[in-house]
Amino acid sequence: MKKPARIFSEVIKHLFKKPATSGYPFTPATPMKDFRGRIDFDSAKCIGCQICVRVCPAKAIEIPLSEVQPPAPAQVEGQPPVAAKKKFDCIMKLGNCVYCWQCAESCPKQALITTQDFELASVDRKQLRRHYK
Amino acid sequence: MDSIIPLAQILIFPGFLFLASYGMLLQWVDRKLCAVMQNRMGPPWFQPVADFIKLLAKEVIVPEEADNTMFRVLPYFALAAVMTAMVSIPVGETALFSFQGDLVAVIYLLTIPTVTFFLAGWSSKSPYSTVGSMRVLTQLFAYEVPLMLALIGPAILAGTWNIAEISAFFAAHPALIPAQLLGFLAAIIALQGKLERLPFDIPHAKNEIAGGQFTEYSGRLLDFFLLAVDMELVVGAALLNAVFLGGALGLTGIAAIALFLAKTLAITFLLALLKVLMARIRIEQMINFCWKYLAPVAMAQVLFDIFLKYKLG
Amino acid sequence: MSKITIPFGPQHVALKEPENFMLVLEGEQIQGATVNLGYNHRGMEKAAEERTYLQDLYLIERVCGICSHSHTTCYITNVEELAKAETPKRALAIRTLVAELERVHSHLLWLGVAGYEMGFETLFMYTWRDREQVLDCLELLSGNRVHYSINTIGGVRRDISAEQKTEVMKRIDYLVERTNYYIKLATEEPTIYARTSKVGMLPPEEALRRNAVGPTARASGIARDVRKDDPYLIYNELDFKVITHNTNDVFGRLVVRALELVESYKIIKQVLNNLPEGPIAVKVPMRIAPGEAVNHYEAPRGEDIHYLKSNGTDKPERLKVRAPTLANLQSVQYMLEGGWMADVPLVIAAIDPCMSCTDRAVVWDPKKGKKQTYGWEELRKMAIERYKRRGVDFSRLG
Repeated sequence: MKKPARIFSEVIKHLFKKPATSGYPFTPATPMKDFRGRIDFDSAKCIGCQICVRVCPAKAIEIPLSEVQPPAPAQVEGQPPVAAKKKFDCIMKLGNCVYCWQCAESCPKQALITTQDFELASVDRKQLRRHYK
Repeated sequence: MDSIIPLAQILIFPGFLFLASYGMLLQWVDRKLCAVMQNRMGPPWFQPVADFIKLLAKEVIVPEEADNTMFRVLPYFALAAVMTAMVSIPVGETALFSFQGDLVAVIYLLTIPTVTFFLAGWSSKSPYSTVGSMRVLTQLFAYEVPLMLALIGPAILAGTWNIAEISAFFAAHPALIPAQLLGFLAAIIALQGKLERLPFDIPHAKNEIAGGQFTEYSGRLLDFFLLAVDMELVVGAALLNAVFLGGALGLTGIAAIALFLAKTLAITFLLALLKVLMARIRIEQMINFCWKYLAPVAMAQVLFDIFLKYKLG
Repeated sequence: MSKITIPFGPQHVALKEPENFMLVLEGEQIQGATVNLGYNHRGMEKAAEERTYLQDLYLIERVCGICSHSHTTCYITNVEELAKAETPKRALAIRTLVAELERVHSHLLWLGVAGYEMGFETLFMYTWRDREQVLDCLELLSGNRVHYSINTIGGVRRDISAEQKTEVMKRIDYLVERTNYYIKLATEEPTIYARTSKVGMLPPEEALRRNAVGPTARASGIARDVRKDDPYLIYNELDFKVITHNTNDVFGRLVVRALELVESYKIIKQVLNNLPEGPIAVKVPMRIAPGEAVNHYEAPRGEDIHYLKSNGTDKPERLKVRAPTLANLQSVQYMLEGGWMADVPLVIAAIDPCMSCTDRAVVWDPKKGKKQTYGWEELRKMAIERYKRRGVDFSRLG
């Protein structure tokens, strides 16, 4: 059975409906709860095991030693000296990152923190190389 | 002083300036309506103006193979023909230059843009524009006859070839306007073909032959072609308004112009509706459709009008 | 009338990806067509040899933007087969769920593209609007709209909670209603029928001869579906039909895809209602035991084949992907010939092409920075030499 202009009623109905599209970027867009966004870094938890560097499929992460190292804790009487906990930085190349969160899942100390940030595009290359200290 | 007023009329109202700005407005209305019917936001009101200015600023590239003079001159021809056609169509209560037989003249003037589209495609000499220009001509033969037949009906009924007189006739006999429904619908569909809009945008079907006849055009030249198409929409809507809907319906002054705007907007709505309802058809399907259904419908209207005329005496 | 040769692509409005079709036109009718591949080769198979199995997962996902889950699942089945990993039942069910959601998303996308190629923009806008629902489902379940990354070696990465289940169900119910409307629309609207009927004919014997797969083959009446023929994941426990159509044209492909959507909704509901309990992943060592594995998978576009060879390290020795478009492209040439110029985009779109999945030949030397075209003979010679160095002699093969 052929009905010319079959879509007519649907089209007329939409004349009185709000558009389905949103005015992004003028109206904000909110991703879902567990949307995979930018990875943040918590230097205090990092032990510098480099697992994230090894699992990253896009080679987007570098974990260098921090320039400023914390001083060794004062030696407690009667105990052997405790070595200073090394401090690590994280360089995240946002241009390389594919946002798979594999690094955060592989991290044994949860030093990589997952966020929902997605508005990361930039015309400045320096902005794409985040140095978390 | 006597020569300044017509000049102002030609340049400002209802001539070039009005035509261009109203054409852009109608383009926006058309795009916005389509967008709303397709459940999206659509462009802001100044989008056509922004497009126009942006294209004006762009570089004009003429293909090496193309016929340089023809390529550069054609857009202005299209523009001029459309503007000339508007001169005889009443916007308010009267047309600017009305004469016996101006209906035929307008129909011919409206064919010139189509011919320039063909020549534009042909003189750019690229494969896509060649195919596009062949389609322009083929399509011309499909819709032109139904359009003419549809326009002849009211002319026969009114017993005149003058557009202003036809409107005056219908304004005097408003009861006859609904009797023109068949012819009006045929004319709307044929006009859609003339304006090369979906489902009849076969000559420049973008996903088949890129830009069709306009593939090689750029910058200012393309801009004027597109402006001519916008103006053609106004002229086409105004023509249908004058011939089928009784023009100003006896009103004068601002009221007449307001009525003109309202009715052309309504015609634009119908054209926009046609655009969203259907898939683009193939060129041979279009010819079949126009000759098998559209032309007979228009013809039936002509016969009905002759019968009506005989009955009315 | 003289003949014109029109290049259709590699850059053309109708083609979303670079591929070249040379068309010989006589008026509006196509006298001959040739398909030229190779504009979009990315060397992924080679790149996979340089990465670990886990990293490859994310690389293989990017073979195709639309069937990303298909490729990873096919790849991961190979890896798990070689590693002899016992993937938990719940993980398999979740993979099936995502696979079907992906099929829904791909088919809805295709419906929109088909509408666009035939100039029916309203259909395009509506289907893509509704496709957002399934993309939202995928974002909800996996965290991403397109590259879901839900697979991991030995299972899946995310579990499904009760709220997620109800949310997905709600959206699927809406989609069921919309899809039924589109099926009515596609079969009742005369302009759609006029544009698709008797266009791009592919008779069953030609489809078999040219190795058509997926909906393209099924629209020619060939009931071939890996999900039924050689069930993987948990398809053997599910109740669904293989949709075929016998018109052999684009209309058939439209109907097949639309009805497959309905089947997919059925599968999604079955999986969600009978999710097995248990863990979602098992640990698999980084190094995979040596061996070879081949697996196939019914991607939305047809049969996807992956071959994997492992040498006992943490990186694969060889990975080979046969994407469904490569199988279907052979039929495009046949479908185009004798048709109308106006139907070219539609016919090409009707196989749901994914050129970047398909492309093969490398003709670029980044070190010298210049291009060099290798002919078939040269490529063959180089390949034989390469494998001779590894101790395999292929020179006797024809």
